Amino acid sequence: MAGGNGAPSAIRAENVCRLYAMGDSVVNALDGVSLDVREGERVALVGSSGSGKSTLLHLIAGLDRPTSGTLETHGRNLAALSPEELAAHRRGTVGMIFQAFHLLPRMTLEENVELPLRLAEVPRADRAARVREALEHVGLAGRAKHRPGELSGGEQQRAAIARALVNRPSILLADEPTGNLDSRNGEEIMRLIHSLNDSLHMTVVLVTHERKLAASFAERILVLSDGRLAAEGRPGDPAVEALR
Amino acid sequence: MKANDLVELAGRNLRESSFRNSLTTTGVAVGVASLVAMLSLGAGLQGLVSDRFARSGLFNTIGVFTARDMRGMERSERRSGVLESNTRPLDEAARKEITALPNVIEVYPEVRLLTDVTFEGRTLFTSVSGLSPSARQNEAFEKMHGKFFSEPEAEEAILHVDFARDLLAPANTPGDSFPLPMGPRTRSTPEVTDAQLDSLVGKEIVLHYGERMPAPAPSEATPRAANRSARAQNAAAHSTAADSAEDDSAGDTVSFSVVRRERRLRIAGIIDTEPYAGITASAASRVFLPVGLAEKLHPAQASNLRDIMQAKPSASENYSALIVRVNDPARVAPIQDALKRMGFRTFSLLDATKSLRRVFVILDLFLAIFGSVALVVASLGIVNTLVMSVLERRREIGVLKALGASDADVKRLFFVEAGVMGTVGGAFGVLLGWLIGRAINFGTNIYLSNQDLPHETIVLLPLWLIFGAVAFAIGVSLLSGIYPAARAARLDPVQVLRYE
Repeated sequence: MAGGNGAPSAIRAENVCRLYAMGDSVVNALDGVSLDVREGERVALVGSSGSGKSTLLHLIAGLDRPTSGTLETHGRNLAALSPEELAAHRRGTVGMIFQAFHLLPRMTLEENVELPLRLAEVPRADRAARVREALEHVGLAGRAKHRPGELSGGEQQRAAIARALVNRPSILLADEPTGNLDSRNGEEIMRLIHSLNDSLHMTVVLVTHERKLAASFAERILVLSDGRLAAEGRPGDPAVEALR
Repeated sequence: MKANDLVELAGRNLRESSFRNSLTTTGVAVGVASLVAMLSLGAGLQGLVSDRFARSGLFNTIGVFTARDMRGMERSERRSGVLESNTRPLDEAARKEITALPNVIEVYPEVRLLTDVTFEGRTLFTSVSGLSPSARQNEAFEKMHGKFFSEPEAEEAILHVDFARDLLAPANTPGDSFPLPMGPRTRSTPEVTDAQLDSLVGKEIVLHYGERMPAPAPSEATPRAANRSARAQNAAAHSTAADSAEDDSAGDTVSFSVVRRERRLRIAGIIDTEPYAGITASAASRVFLPVGLAEKLHPAQASNLRDIMQAKPSASENYSALIVRVNDPARVAPIQDALKRMGFRTFSLLDATKSLRRVFVILDLFLAIFGSVALVVASLGIVNTLVMSVLERRREIGVLKALGASDADVKRLFFVEAGVMGTVGGAFGVLLGWLIGRAINFGTNIYLSNQDLPHETIVLLPLWLIFGAVAFAIGVSLLSGIYPAARAARLDPVQVLRYE
């Protein structure tokens, strides 16, 4: 399950399972998933609702732990990390963007973007420059003092991307980033993520259920179905297309 | 997350729900104010009583007696036989040694005599005591007619108002003997006005007393000859102890004369209540002299008569008792021990201060319990506010965790919010408690003024209570924050971000 290029592995999963207890029954959200994503690669996780794509993203983000199997980022087994180490992984290694943006409405854009820097205990003197740099990356430097409610959906998602970038993570995890946007704003966001992948050489894992979006963005598509990796390949591969 | 960032975020969160958090903080402030007001009242009452006792001299005074006196008061020592072998005289040398002890501020003899006092041709029999200069602090002298003694050896007297009434009473017959003013008065004396009492101040009374004088040495005159000589020369009572001491060595055989004297004294003032002048003496005394003057007069006292009866009368003039004043009631016990080691008997009211302290500890405890009830209610308010806050901020907590906040970070954030409410509430509570105390003092003093009584500080806010109350409020708030903080830290970010 190697990635397409010869770069070192950014994310490696081996036989990862995630079970949830739902009352008396057990739900198999992920059932023996194995994959390998190379550094700087753009990967799309696709599948229908309940296929396990968001669960896999949360495991990679360190928000959850696999029930069994090995999940590594840059060779580090996430299952073996303590809660504090897992929090440090979320602060430093990965950046996340969500369908619902999840900006804090009481804070201005710059305060929202500054939040990961506070959590990472970045010195106060360095923060302003880092926040400005992140906002410039997403073209929102002029809206730094605005609150999320004063921005359009596309602008809010760009602010969320700035927040995800500000700690300079090596992996960007995007969970349905265009799900709440119209097509024009959605395309704009995907172009932005693409450019960040190019300019910052970030590994990007995109979770989406939109075939067209996945095909236009990803170098490789992983198809999940009922918690299993059903197929993988480049956009246009017949095996991938057949399952999507 | 760094502490300053935590405080900043907590402050921001508290400001977001400013009305609700203000109400909760006000609840804490009211709770702390209640606690502070209660404990201030306890501290004020304790201070009031302690001050009264300190000024009375009751609890920083030790009575010192020779070991041969006061038998039966300390049976254990008598049984042990320690004192049988140690009967050091209470003389000038002992007085100097006691004065040199650390923390001793004053040592003076107990002087008390039963004698005649003549005023405008009428002679009254009464009890006279010496008063030390420190007695001026006694509240008996707060609202007196006239003034306290002008000097430690001034030829002045202060009268008890009962005695002053007797002086002003219509003369029965000159030379009337009055009953001893011990216990309740049995004679009805007409009431006198303040003006009449004031008119007595500055007038003179004549004190009749017997001066104790050294008698000629036995080698110069036989005891009987000395007796005859004294009678002839002074027409005074003359006694000797030499006869009874003949069995002992010649060096121990001494005698003294008692010579009748008079001394004119100006009435310096008149007091309504009896001051505490000595450990045993002042009770029921009606005329008071400066103790310096009383010493200078060398009056023969009742104890001198017993000296005559002693098998070994003292070679020099001994004190019947010395009164030792200590700078702090807490020092009384060690100084008493030192005095006992010097070979003297002692007596103090130390045990009474211990009882008093115990009473105030219990009073403070009850006041604190009642005062804390409001703070407990306020702490429930904090729990409620923070639990509501956790419910409202589920998404924010999830986002913080997704961005890298650890469970401990989330927990600390809620603790800081609780702590900020406790600190602000505590500070305002102390201020409110202080204002309540001021109001109580103000109201009480209006009442006291109406009753023609001096102003008092009923409610006292000591420094320890200010800091203690704020610290207590913070502690209670942090305790209140434990459950909400744990609940916030337990939130599963996956669930929150998926469904919020």
